[in-house]
Amino acid sequence: MFEIFGIPSQALFGQLLIGLINGSFYALLSLGLAVIFGMLNIINFSHGAQYMMGAFAAYLILQYSGLGYWPALIIAPVLVGITGIIIERLFLQWLYKLDHLYGLLLTFGLALILEGVARNYFGSAGLPYTVPESLQGGRNLGFMFLPNYRAWVIAASLGVCIGTWFVIERTRLGAYLRAATENPTLVRAFGINVPRMITLTYGFGVALAAFAGVMAAPIYNVSPQMGSELIIVVFAVVVIGGMGSILGAIITGFGLGVVEGLTKVFFPEASNTVIFVIMAIVLLVRPAGLFGRRA
Amino acid sequence: MRKTLGLAALAAVLACGGASAQQVNVKIGVLSDMSSLYADIGGPGSVAAAKLAIADFTKDNPNVKVELISGDHQNKPDIGSQIANQWYDVDKVDLIIDTPNSGVALAVSQVANQKNKIFIVSGAAASDITGPKCNANTIHWTYDTWMLANGTGTAIVKTGGDSWFFLTADYAFGHALERDTMAAVEKAGGKVVGKVRHPLNTNDFSSFLLQAQSSKAKVIGLANAGGDTINSIKQAAEFGIVKGGQSLAGLLVFASDVAALGLPTAQGLVLTETWYWDMNDANRAWTKRWQQERQGKWPTMIHAGVYAGITHYLKAAVALKGNVSDGKAVVAQMKSMPTDDPLFGKGTIRPDGRKVHPAYLLEVKKPSDSKYPGDFYNVRATIPADEAFRPLKEGNCPLVSG
Repeated sequence: MFEIFGIPSQALFGQLLIGLINGSFYALLSLGLAVIFGMLNIINFSHGAQYMMGAFAAYLILQYSGLGYWPALIIAPVLVGITGIIIERLFLQWLYKLDHLYGLLLTFGLALILEGVARNYFGSAGLPYTVPESLQGGRNLGFMFLPNYRAWVIAASLGVCIGTWFVIERTRLGAYLRAATENPTLVRAFGINVPRMITLTYGFGVALAAFAGVMAAPIYNVSPQMGSELIIVVFAVVVIGGMGSILGAIITGFGLGVVEGLTKVFFPEASNTVIFVIMAIVLLVRPAGLFGRRA
Repeated sequence: MRKTLGLAALAAVLACGGASAQQVNVKIGVLSDMSSLYADIGGPGSVAAAKLAIADFTKDNPNVKVELISGDHQNKPDIGSQIANQWYDVDKVDLIIDTPNSGVALAVSQVANQKNKIFIVSGAAASDITGPKCNANTIHWTYDTWMLANGTGTAIVKTGGDSWFFLTADYAFGHALERDTMAAVEKAGGKVVGKVRHPLNTNDFSSFLLQAQSSKAKVIGLANAGGDTINSIKQAAEFGIVKGGQSLAGLLVFASDVAALGLPTAQGLVLTETWYWDMNDANRAWTKRWQQERQGKWPTMIHAGVYAGITHYLKAAVALKGNVSDGKAVVAQMKSMPTDDPLFGKGTIRPDGRKVHPAYLLEVKKPSDSKYPGDFYNVRATIPADEAFRPLKEGNCPLVSG
């Protein structure tokens, strides 16, 4: 047992692991944002509200059908993804040719509406949702007590992130998607239904947010403002990682989770702001972000 | 509606002309957190409580006309003081009430003092409001950090929790609660082994809870409120803190928090409050009326404080025959009259602005003991009014001589 900067090594490794766990939420959410921005050029400010909808969907599914966490993990993202598809068809499709700001304004307005409606019906204190039986408890790793649920969070988000990256970067479907973003007219000429791909992509990004929401429901307070607290940090993560880069979003998400975790040990009062300080520095040095492609 | 009320008031004043039943016209503003983590402990519920107070009082006193407005301070002291300034100067508000969030309350208290208007704090907790920062325009109702510290803190130390680690919200309220509880713990013979401060509205407490675990303190004191407390308790259960032998002290817990946590997670929590909806028939009857506007929710002591505070203010306004423009005079009148309302019973307001009433040590019931929705607490003990709050001389309030 040795000390690093006055903190026992045991405590430090524990904090690093916690940082990774938080990083996995950042990675999941920033992955959805990066997919939507990279493929659709829409700055999806309603991402946080859709994350909140995922958590609320899990709660409502439990209330009205009795189905617990595991079915909700599939059903909630599908349901919220469908609402995402509806939003895209009704509102977003008219905004692709316009400036980025219009997409931002629309999705921001949507976020406010969703949050307000949720607060009106459910109040702001939050709703109870417990960790599923199979994941309760934890194991003592020696340097810290790791709840099983948190271990599951890391594993699941790593799996989803790597799976998404693989589909987009290494499969034919992903290749069509990337091509459709660069040159939609040409890709349409090849007979590929570009508008439908874009709609489904937005739906998928929204479903990713809802998936993160269901994963968060047992451990974070299920309240209408849970998304708005997180979304600002996630935007910073995406900007640092590079707005269009999938891999950048994933790596930066995990990395910044670790940095925030370390800040909580050495200087907890600054844990809210350290990510923005890093964002400012990165933007000064590399305006496109660490992994960004657009110069 | 407001215009009609205003015209009616004007007509009434012109018609009266002289004495007889003196027309009293006042305007009250409920300044609260309507959209963030304190919206359930204060928020729209405070507006509902205010409406009840006005309805009950004007029923018995038809010569009193009250206009009610509300605003959202968003937990930001600059927004809170900007709204207070506008309300007092432009909108002719006489009384501002509620403000959960001690940072905002301290700021608005200064504004009320500068403009010589009245401010009744129901939602905020920092004992500084009747301590070094007291002034002649502010009354602190419901509760404060000293009462919480000496209620919950002392009780827990007496049952064996003699080493403490604090998890503190990093702003005025958290600092005040941490300071007062540290003093109470040390006075009762315990010791403080560590503390960590987290930003307000934090999502994830795992890192702080880990530090608390490694401190090996017997008690982890949660010097935060609202969503922060809910997250801390939920995540503490996840990390096996209670199973590992440490206990949690929820220094400020409301009925709405217990509802959000659910009894399985919250059971066994010991807390101190000054009003509980299920304590007697009067409270239950009032709760039923309040719930007509706030379906599915449970009123907190803050809502009860808004009701009682407005009732007492209106009594003072009537006693002063409607001359409410001098804030200091009205507050002095309120301090000179003993208080009596259906929710808090009989009580007094001290020279430092502190309203005193008994406090209750409560324990969250086990799920099996809860017989109906809202059946949250067992009443463990009653702390009499003269012991529940900080002694007058110890507050360093400039208004208190000696």
